[in-house]
Amino acid sequence: MVKVTIAGAAGGIGQTLSLLCKLNPDITELSLYDIANAEGVAVDLSHVNSPARATGHQPRDKSDQDALKNSLIGSDIVIIPAGVPRKPGMTRQDLFKINAGIVRSLVGAVAKYCPEALLLIISNPVNSTVVIAAEELKKNNCFNPRKLFGVTTLDLVRAETFLSYELNYPVEDIRGKITVVGGHSGDTIVPLIHINTEISKIVSSKLSPERLENFIHRVQYGGDEVVQAKSGKGSATLSMAYAGYRFTETILNAITGKENKALEPAYIYLPGVPGGEELSRKLGVEYFAVPIEFDNKGEAKRIIFNNNFISKNYEAQMIEIAKKSLTKSIVQGQLFVNGSKL
Amino acid sequence: MFSRITRRQFSTTPSTAYKTVVLGAAGGIGQPLSLLMKLNHKVTQLSLYDLRNAPGVAADLSHIPTNSVVKGFTPDNEGLAGALKDADVVLIPAGVPRKPGMTRDDLFKTNASIVRDLAKAIADNAPKAAVLVISNPVNSTVPIVAEVFKSKGVYNPKKLFGVTTLDVLRASRFTSEVLGTNPVQEKVTVVGGHSGITIVPLLSQTKKKDFDPEVRDALTHRIQFGGDEVVQAKQGAGSATLSMAQAGARFANSVLSGLAGETDVVEPTYVDSPLFKSEGIDFFSSKVTLGTEGVKEVHGLGEISSYEQDLINKAKETLIKNIQKGVTFVKENP
Repeated sequence: MVKVTIAGAAGGIGQTLSLLCKLNPDITELSLYDIANAEGVAVDLSHVNSPARATGHQPRDKSDQDALKNSLIGSDIVIIPAGVPRKPGMTRQDLFKINAGIVRSLVGAVAKYCPEALLLIISNPVNSTVVIAAEELKKNNCFNPRKLFGVTTLDLVRAETFLSYELNYPVEDIRGKITVVGGHSGDTIVPLIHINTEISKIVSSKLSPERLENFIHRVQYGGDEVVQAKSGKGSATLSMAYAGYRFTETILNAITGKENKALEPAYIYLPGVPGGEELSRKLGVEYFAVPIEFDNKGEAKRIIFNNNFISKNYEAQMIEIAKKSLTKSIVQGQLFVNGSKL
Repeated sequence: MFSRITRRQFSTTPSTAYKTVVLGAAGGIGQPLSLLMKLNHKVTQLSLYDLRNAPGVAADLSHIPTNSVVKGFTPDNEGLAGALKDADVVLIPAGVPRKPGMTRDDLFKTNASIVRDLAKAIADNAPKAAVLVISNPVNSTVPIVAEVFKSKGVYNPKKLFGVTTLDVLRASRFTSEVLGTNPVQEKVTVVGGHSGITIVPLLSQTKKKDFDPEVRDALTHRIQFGGDEVVQAKQGAGSATLSMAQAGARFANSVLSGLAGETDVVEPTYVDSPLFKSEGIDFFSSKVTLGTEGVKEVHGLGEISSYEQDLINKAKETLIKNIQKGVTFVKENP
């Protein structure tokens, strides 16, 4: 019996993410919440002939708190794609003002109604919204760092697609051989492609420094690519829904005892996860995306990271740059919650 | 290796490479449908076409690590022809959706022209492709495509399909809710057409076989008007998009499996059918075995109850009119 709640289920990411979740037979209840249209989306999805029961929840008016409460009670996994997307020229930071408030209030409700749930944050800027979530959970005495994840899977998805193209390597075989660490925006995104010996050899022989740089830049700014291509109509929705689903599926597989590919990362509070405290001290930053091993409750069992992961100078340099940007975003998130009263 | 959704839903070892085209790819159905096709391992080329926004959708999908190259096209620079070139399978979700109170037939005015124009382009650029029509009213838009193809001398009845899979999904889901069973295990054949009383679920052929008449009537009605349920719930914001995307993708996968030579691929679909041709009803949905040429065999209805015979009779009365409407439209608006 697994209940999954999606907050922001009627949005560009939310709808497609909800469809993909509805198709997973390990989910028994799928609860869709949004400020409007969630009921319609739920009825649509309820006709799909997979076992999950789909319900929609939206407030009747501004004062209605019950809709969110009902969608969250008993939830095992809460996924938050809610918020506004970027327009051309915007960075994920520019979304901060609006999305910070949305995430904070949703997490406040999670703390109240399903504090034990696994919490997956998609809303940008992830580098800060996860911190906001942590601070809000701390305020409510229910912060468990092994249950809070910023979803960075799309960066890994992009790395797999772009690298397999560059190397002419089968795209479906590359999964589990590379990873992406750091954060979820621009230069905080650090692809690590020398972990696997086979791939490392091919990279070293096939990729000129120029092409390597292009690859890294593309992974880091892949989001901008889509924002541009959509000319103001939004940012990545379908690929983000796929990535969000892939991460959710990884957790569900851990819960149901199915096999998972290695090296699936998430943005977490490092000191709170076994193996993370040491890495956090080494890096000098508290929040960082790393590959994670999950236990059979879907919690972070330990981080998967060792010295072999960073084997090149340029990778170490990228980590340094990532740290600096991340530190600013983390402070911004902390100030947002602690600098005001809910 | 593949996410469980794709492993469960689609074959993991494609025997050939297929180009699939989605016409109306940036719409409510088109976008999630395009994603599901991007996740289908039999598809190696995915072309997305719409009046606007298809390149943005394609850019989005192009980041997904599966075995297909995806490209977006707009009407500029012969985009439709470019999208269709060498297509093996063409999916048509293009068109406007219902608002509360509308029947699928009410969409006819707008969607008939859209489908006719797309059919012309398919006839010119990909006459051998399997064409899967989702745009409503399917009962009429499929005959429209047929008439356009005939006028261009490229009509192959084995390659033209009206997608009725959503009725099948609904039938199986609603039946499982009544019986308290797993919807994945409930197989319900649905025949006839794709709207209201033309939709005939053959409940007598399910494992349960006999339902209490009141239950049977309510269940039949729910299956027939499942679409209205969603239109109502969306309060003017649209009709079924996500479930339709799933249904379309499932049917497209079956067509691809058939083309690839897999055996025993059977799906209900609205096709040029021998079943009631002698009564002047050229198109009818029933189970079809799909093969390398498209339609391999149209199945008969099998044993049906007298209640169902009654439903079929009523369905036929409406279908014959729906089909004629489509045929006449093309004759008068070539």
